[in-house]
Amino acid sequence: MGEVQIANYTMNFGPQHPAAHGVLRLVMELDGEIVERCDPHIGLLHRGTEKLIEYKTYLQAVPYFDRLDYVSPMCQEHAFALAVEKLLGLEVPKRGQYIRVLFSEITRILNHLLNVTTQALDVGAVTPLLWGFEEREKLMEFYERVSGARLHSAYFRPGGVHEDMPKGLAEDIHAFCAPFLKFIDDLEGLLTENRIFKQRTVDIGKVSQADALAWGFTGVMIRSVGLPWDLRKSQPYDAYEDMDFDIPVGRNGDCYDRYLCRVEEMRQSIRIMQQCLDKMPSGPVRVTDRKIAPPRRAEMKNSMEALIQHFKLYTEGYHVPAGETYTPVEAPKGEFGVYLVSDGTNRPYKCKIRAPGFPHLHAMDFLCKGHMLADAVAVLGSLDIVFGEIDR
Amino acid sequence: MENDESLRGLGARLVEALPGQVTAFRVAHHELMIDVSAADIVDVMTFLRDDAGCLFRELIDVTAVDYPERPQRFEVVYNLLSLRHNRRIRAKVACAEDAPVPSVVEVFPVANWFEREVWDMYGIMFSGHPDLRRILTDYGFEGHPLRKDFPLTGFVELRYDEAEKRVVYEPVTLTQEFRTFDFLSPWEGMTRVLPGDEKAGKGE
Repeated sequence: MGEVQIANYTMNFGPQHPAAHGVLRLVMELDGEIVERCDPHIGLLHRGTEKLIEYKTYLQAVPYFDRLDYVSPMCQEHAFALAVEKLLGLEVPKRGQYIRVLFSEITRILNHLLNVTTQALDVGAVTPLLWGFEEREKLMEFYERVSGARLHSAYFRPGGVHEDMPKGLAEDIHAFCAPFLKFIDDLEGLLTENRIFKQRTVDIGKVSQADALAWGFTGVMIRSVGLPWDLRKSQPYDAYEDMDFDIPVGRNGDCYDRYLCRVEEMRQSIRIMQQCLDKMPSGPVRVTDRKIAPPRRAEMKNSMEALIQHFKLYTEGYHVPAGETYTPVEAPKGEFGVYLVSDGTNRPYKCKIRAPGFPHLHAMDFLCKGHMLADAVAVLGSLDIVFGEIDR
Repeated sequence: MENDESLRGLGARLVEALPGQVTAFRVAHHELMIDVSAADIVDVMTFLRDDAGCLFRELIDVTAVDYPERPQRFEVVYNLLSLRHNRRIRAKVACAEDAPVPSVVEVFPVANWFEREVWDMYGIMFSGHPDLRRILTDYGFEGHPLRKDFPLTGFVELRYDEAEKRVVYEPVTLTQEFRTFDFLSPWEGMTRVLPGDEKAGKGE
């Protein structure tokens, strides 16, 4: 029998595939089961966030940031708040900074729990997901207690945070920390040395250091190749300077290393949270400048001045001096940045959102080339893709 | 983090090392910005990436800003990061609506999608780009939504048509008129002197 030529065929992966992490559509060219080319079609969740922000005041723009990467909302508000504060030249009170760091780390755990467990789900393990979501629920309860919402909190605002933590919350977060470390050990017991999990992730989607830089990787993606780069250490913002923590770094840059980095980062986040709670200073949680921060409701009941200020801030908002800034934070997924241009009015002239997932997904073609179709799912899981931020 | 002094030093060095290509630099909010002429962006990016004093190995972001009143309407903004020197730089290129900007995909592969997005959102062409398709908007979308003259509501809306059993596009109809309020304060924004107020402030 002669050799039979089988033509490559093109396959649609998603946008309604359970492993597509939302609304990803991959157009894949397959040679048998080998991925030859992989073209992600994105934009199915495009809501025009950047355009909408240009038509809103600075305060009204904050909730849009929750809706970008909806598993790490507060970190994104953080970037926007820092950018606006930079243009306004504000210094946030210490307690506000500590609360922000505390909740940024809670957010990091929320994000990593979702990612690690869904990555495991993608390669066939269901139990971690069920365990992880129980812990996520506890963390979201902290979100709810501090801001009133489990997901879209709108809690970090330019000038600080909206409200101080309610009584008893600090103690409850403290009580959460130690048992959670035990939980991570249990979670690792399920996955880290699991034969099937390792077979599916070790040496899959390997990246070299040079490639990681050329493809614009940040966050866990760049740490997993062995580059110790973390904005919390290298360009610290808010109270991160006062915190003592380590940066986990991978060695091989494969899916397994990315998983290990995320797990270790959760432990480090707990360390930061404990330090925050121990060192939490007292005082105001946001700037006291009445031109920026609205007055307390109680004050408005008997102060005419406060009432006027409240009205002005919630209709006109505040004016931001003309200028521009690019302000990044270390979001759980990588470098989340806001490029903000102000023309001196009460609305941003331009607000570009630099989402970490965007370049990561871009590299999908490069990462998947030559891998099996099933590995594409493992790679996708390890990239930590959320479409809210990629499509914006 | 860098201090302003060393950023100024770097900016001055770039203007000196690349005469005519880097035309100016500024430092504001502890961030360094350079103006680059559009034709030379590839050379400048290569220099920024490879020069030992720069080593901006990572292209973090490419975006654009629309200033309709300027003769060169758009400003393409490149944000770069150097891990080695822990430093950021922002390169800016002014370009007109119909003039293409050379693509930097050859220098930074990550620019591929960023430039596609800028094309999609602003309609700025990138010459030499391997695959300049739309990226975020719908298949068959018309217009460039982030331009200042593109209305917030857009031009078309879509709905599922039960009779035709498919999604149909229609011109936007708003049940309530789109409202934009001028929130700029008449108190702080007004410079005109009201009658009778001529003497106010004179006595101080």
